[in-house]
Amino acid sequence: MAKDVIIVDNLTKIFDKNLVAVDHISFTVKEGEVFGLLGPNGAGKTTTINMLVTVLKPTEGRASILGYDIVKQASIVRRLIGVVPQDYTADEDLTGYENIILCGDLYGIPREVSKKTALELLEFLGLMKFKDKKVETYSGGMRRRLELACGLVNKPKVLFLDEPTLGLDVQTRAAIWEYIKRLREEYNMTILMTTHYMEEADNLCDRIAIIDHGKIVVMGSPEELKNSIGSDVVEVEIKEKDDILDMIQKIEYVKDVKKVGESSYLIRLENGERTAPEIIEFIRDSGLHVVKLSLRKPSLDEVFLTYTGRAIRDIEESRESLMTRRILLRRARG
Amino acid sequence: MKIESYSQPVFKSILQGLFALMNRELKKWIKEPIILLMAVLQPIMWMVLFGKSMNIGAIFSANTFKNINLPDLKIPGELVNPPIDGLITIPGSILSENIENLLSIIGGQALENVFGISDYFSYLAVGMISMITIFTSTFSGMSIVWDRRLGFLYKVLSTPVPRPAILFSKVLNAAIRSIFQSTIVFGLAILLGVRFSPSFSLINLLGIYLAIFLFSIGLSSLFVALALRSTRHETQIAVVNLTTMPLMFTSNAFFPTSLMPDWLQTIAKINPVSYMTDALRQLTIYSMDVPILLLDFTYLALFATSLSVLGMTLAWRFLVR
Repeated sequence: MAKDVIIVDNLTKIFDKNLVAVDHISFTVKEGEVFGLLGPNGAGKTTTINMLVTVLKPTEGRASILGYDIVKQASIVRRLIGVVPQDYTADEDLTGYENIILCGDLYGIPREVSKKTALELLEFLGLMKFKDKKVETYSGGMRRRLELACGLVNKPKVLFLDEPTLGLDVQTRAAIWEYIKRLREEYNMTILMTTHYMEEADNLCDRIAIIDHGKIVVMGSPEELKNSIGSDVVEVEIKEKDDILDMIQKIEYVKDVKKVGESSYLIRLENGERTAPEIIEFIRDSGLHVVKLSLRKPSLDEVFLTYTGRAIRDIEESRESLMTRRILLRRARG
Repeated sequence: MKIESYSQPVFKSILQGLFALMNRELKKWIKEPIILLMAVLQPIMWMVLFGKSMNIGAIFSANTFKNINLPDLKIPGELVNPPIDGLITIPGSILSENIENLLSIIGGQALENVFGISDYFSYLAVGMISMITIFTSTFSGMSIVWDRRLGFLYKVLSTPVPRPAILFSKVLNAAIRSIFQSTIVFGLAILLGVRFSPSFSLINLLGIYLAIFLFSIGLSSLFVALALRSTRHETQIAVVNLTTMPLMFTSNAFFPTSLMPDWLQTIAKINPVSYMTDALRQLTIYSMDVPILLLDFTYLALFATSLSVLGMTLAWRFLVR
C-alpha cells in the first residue's frame, strides 16, 4: 500500500487576528498521487500551499511531509519538496538557464550536478532553444515552464503547484498538463496542486478536495464526487410512438424517467455507461428501434454547485467582493 | 532524472546559497551604471560645491587681512619693561604689516584645534565617504521589499537557504557597494586636492575599507531587518529620508563635535557615523593617533556584530509570517 506522503491535520491560518483564511482543514495525500485543491479565488488554497511549503506559519494545527513536521523540521521539508508558485518569480534580468542554476544554488546543489539537471529540465520542458535568452523576453507559457523547471531542480519527491495554468491559453494549458502527467507517470512524484479550473482538476487529479471559505467542503476522486451528487442522464429517442415509460422504469439502476417529446425520454440513472446499453437491448427486445441516444455525465461544475450552493462561475462574477478578499489575503500573505 | 539527495557539507551549501543571492544583486547593480552614478553624485556635489565654497580656511589667510589700515599705536612708556619716560609710538603701517602674518598663524592654529587640520575641504571630503556609505547602507532594505513584491522572495523562502543568509546576502551586497562607491568618491577627492598627512600610506587603505565594511554591515543589517515584513517601498523611502539627515548632522561628518552644544555632543558620541568618520580621518588627513583609532575600530566592530546578530535573529523569526 502506498504510504501517506502529506498529512494535514486541522491546519488553520488566521491573518491579523480576524481574517480566517484556512479553517481547520485535514487531508492526506498518498505517494504518487495527484491531489487537487479546487475552489474559487480567495478560498484559501494558496494559503494552504504556502503553509505546507513552509513560507507561512500555521496559526493552529499540524502538517507533515514525508514524515517531517512543516514547522519544527521546516528546513528538511524545504530540501525535499519542489514549489511552483502562482506568480512568476524568475529573475527577469537573468537568462532561463541562469535562473535554474540560481535555484540550484539556493538548494545547495553542487554546480556540476545542477548544470546537468538544468539542461535535462530545459530539454524536458522544451525550453532548450531559449536557454540563453533573458527571461523578460519569455512568453507566459515559457515562464510557467521555467517556474516548473526551477521547482524541479532539486529533484523533489513532492511537488507543489499553485494554479499551474493560471492565465494561459488552451494549448499552453494542455502542454503543461502533459508535463504534469509525465512527472507523475515517469517519476512517481507526489503532486499537490491548486486550481480553480474544473477541467484541470478533472483531467489531472486522482483526488480532489473542494475548498470554500477556508474549509474543505467535500473530498474524493472526481468520479466519486460526480457519482455522489447522483445520476447520469440518458436521453433516448425511438422510432415508434409506443409508450415505454413503465418498461424502462423496471430496468436496474434507473431512478426516474420522464417523457420529454412524442417519442423521447429523459432517464436519470446510475452507472450510465453500463446501464445505457441495457436500455438499448431492452428496447430492441421489445421490437422497437432506437433512433438517438445520448449519455451525459455530471460535471465537477455540478458537484461544486451542489456542495457550495453556488456555481464557481457565479463566484467569479461577483468580482468586487472577490477582489477585496483577494487583495486582503495577498496583503496579509505579504 | 531520478530522485536523489546530495552529499556536501552543510556550511558549503549555506555559503553557496548566500553567494548566489549576493551575486544576483551585484550582477543587477553592475548592469545599471546609472544607479551607481546617481548614488555617488550627491556626496560628490556636497564635496565640490559645499566643500569648495565653504572655504573656512581662507577666512584666516593673509588675503583676508589685506588693506586693513590700523591707526598708530601709542603705549605709555611706564608700561613697558624696563619702563621709560614718554610715549612709545608704533606706526600703523608696521602694525598692519605684521598683523596679517600674526592672524593667519593664529587662524591656522584655531582651524587645526577645531578641525584637526587647517584645510576644511579635506575635512569634508573624508566626511563624504561616510555619506555615501550611509546612503548605500540605508537603501539596502529596499531590495528585500522589491523581492517580496516581485515574488522572488517567496521562491527563496521555499528553498532551504537559511533565513539569516537571505538578510546577510543583502547586507554583504551593501558593504561591497559601499566600498566600491567610496573608492570613487575618495578618488575624486584626491583629484580635487585632499591634503594627506605624512602618516598616510597605501596600507591605510585597508583600514579605510575595514571601517567602511564594518559600518555598512551594521547599518544595513538594521535597515534590512526593518524591511523584513514591509510590502511597501514608499515606507522604506520615508524611513531612509527621515534617518539619513540626522545621522549625518549628529556626527562629525560635516563639523567637529567639540563645537556642538552638550546634548548634541552626547548624541554624536553614540552615533557610529562619528567613529567611522574619525577612523577615516585618522587614516588619511590626521597624523594617526593609534589609541583613538583602536577605539574607533572597537566601536565599529561592536556596532557591526551586535546589529548583524540582531538582524539575523529577526530574520529567523519574522521573515516567515
